[in-house]
Amino acid sequence: MLAYLMHRLAQLIPVLIGCSLVVFLALQFLPGDAAQAFLGEREFNQEDYQAMREYLGLDEPLYVQYYKYLRNVLQGDFGRSVRTHEQVLSAILERIPASLTLAAASLIVALVIGIPSGILSAVKPYSRLDQGSMIGALLGVSVPNFWLALMLILVFSLYLDWLPASGRGSPPDVKHLVLPAIVLGSAYAATICRLTRSCMLEVLGHDFVRTARAKGLVEFLVINKHALRNALIPVVTEIGISIVGLIEGSTVIEVVFAWPGIARMAFQAAQYRDYPMLQGCVLIVAFLFVLVNLVVDALYYYLDPRIKFAGAANEG
Amino acid sequence: MKAEATVDIAVFERGSENLWRTCYRKFLHNGLGMFGAAISLAIGLIALVAPLIAPYDPIQVEPDKIFELRSWSHWLGTDELGRDLLSRLIYGARISFFVGLVAVIFKTVIGTTIGLITGYFEGFIDHLLMRCLDVLYAFPRTLLALLILAIVGPSIPALIFVIGLGGIPQFARIVRGAVLSAKQNEYVVAARSLGSTSARILWRYLLPNVLAPILILSSLSLARAITAEASLSFLGLGIDPTLPTWGGMLRAGGPYLRLHPHVAIFPGLLIMLAVLGFNAMGDAVRDILDPRMLSRVRGGRTT
Repeated sequence: MLAYLMHRLAQLIPVLIGCSLVVFLALQFLPGDAAQAFLGEREFNQEDYQAMREYLGLDEPLYVQYYKYLRNVLQGDFGRSVRTHEQVLSAILERIPASLTLAAASLIVALVIGIPSGILSAVKPYSRLDQGSMIGALLGVSVPNFWLALMLILVFSLYLDWLPASGRGSPPDVKHLVLPAIVLGSAYAATICRLTRSCMLEVLGHDFVRTARAKGLVEFLVINKHALRNALIPVVTEIGISIVGLIEGSTVIEVVFAWPGIARMAFQAAQYRDYPMLQGCVLIVAFLFVLVNLVVDALYYYLDPRIKFAGAANEG
Repeated sequence: MKAEATVDIAVFERGSENLWRTCYRKFLHNGLGMFGAAISLAIGLIALVAPLIAPYDPIQVEPDKIFELRSWSHWLGTDELGRDLLSRLIYGARISFFVGLVAVIFKTVIGTTIGLITGYFEGFIDHLLMRCLDVLYAFPRTLLALLILAIVGPSIPALIFVIGLGGIPQFARIVRGAVLSAKQNEYVVAARSLGSTSARILWRYLLPNVLAPILILSSLSLARAITAEASLSFLGLGIDPTLPTWGGMLRAGGPYLRLHPHVAIFPGLLIMLAVLGFNAMGDAVRDILDPRMLSRVRGGRTT
């Protein structure tokens, strides 16, 4: 296990360096140069411009610039926001709890709807219930989440006035969380429902399930104790992937509900051309993504010892 | 020698033709798939003949007709600038469909090429390209799109590029895996020993063998690409907001949601219908071509 983890960790280093390189090089494609971009919309004279060029080290060769950027990033210095002048890292760390709360709540919604409906579908395949939940799942993956968000706001906030439509509340409360979590969770509920159904169907055909039934076990136990555990392995991976997907896929939802998370901050940074902030957000979420993938791999390895290194070899 | 090789190819091609015909017949009997294909075809057709069927000019502002409800002259009403909603929706299909389709073609071609090359040659080039794709895969798609669009500015080519870019690693990995196993087949070994060039082996023998996963992935990607385009336009990062796009129309309707919900309801319904159609079609293609893949393809991230 430890050797496997070390192996995977070693594989991650070039990926992380690659990510930082892409984020660093992206600014080279700016029309004009980074100094102009960092000075933003403000009026500036030649002196300001030169000072900014010097501060950013633009007169140095590219590899020196990258080395310095990487060194700063490793020390936790992602620069300062062009717009608010706050430290990028502290601004991001401030927003992470909001994003994680939303992701966790959405995941709960997705699991509570997705797993039971997937199991029910698999237990009675091709029944009305199964068809109903599969059509529901197809609708769930097809409905654009920003539109669903607007429609729920229209009904529950504007017409019925039951739930707030924006912000996180001060202090943060559950009421503000309900609508964004339902919208974000619904698409994942559909994915998890489909996955649970297909994995359950596969497992229910195995010999050990037949044995369990043959020895007279109650169907409830056969399903929940014997089949479900085995069927959930791929579902766990999907959940792992979803967690990061939920953080980054929530951009539109955070914007619609004015949820003060990291994705909305990245969106605002893009709107105001606040490049240091945008670079920081992209890089930190990419790091998070890579780390969560590692944890998922480790979990997968732990849950299903048959995998061993096959997974790593297949990934190439 | 040459004659033998030709015979071999002929046998192979006849076999694959039958396979495709069987799949096509199966598709015709798949209710959900046909339903999806019908919707997709209808939207494609609407996009194609938009100038002929749209009752009004989609960008013509009419200040005295702001927020009109449905009527005989404006079937779906008008928007905040008095523009006819139905005409804008019809023209919107053009941009959504075009951007979605070209983005899928872009990622299919690039991803397949990388997958074929890495799977066939292995070694250094395989390692190099796959590590580059690992880096691309590590980036959250929406945030990478935000970064790129903030730098190069919004335009249709930029939109196509950012939507296509995120899907490349998935294509490359699946094609690479398929090539790795397909190239062990005897006919590939035989072709190589008969002196076929690598390019010929890749094009004539390996590509037809990995067509099934490519087709499954690209048909499922279409729905995702259309959602991605709508999301980015909804965020205001798409193209010129005066041009009609479904996501852009939803964005424009947002502030008037309470008093004039129809401006936001119809574009959303149409996006859902289009995505539903492509998803249903993609699911059917997947079930027919490879039932074993089941939800694995679906397991990827949504944008």
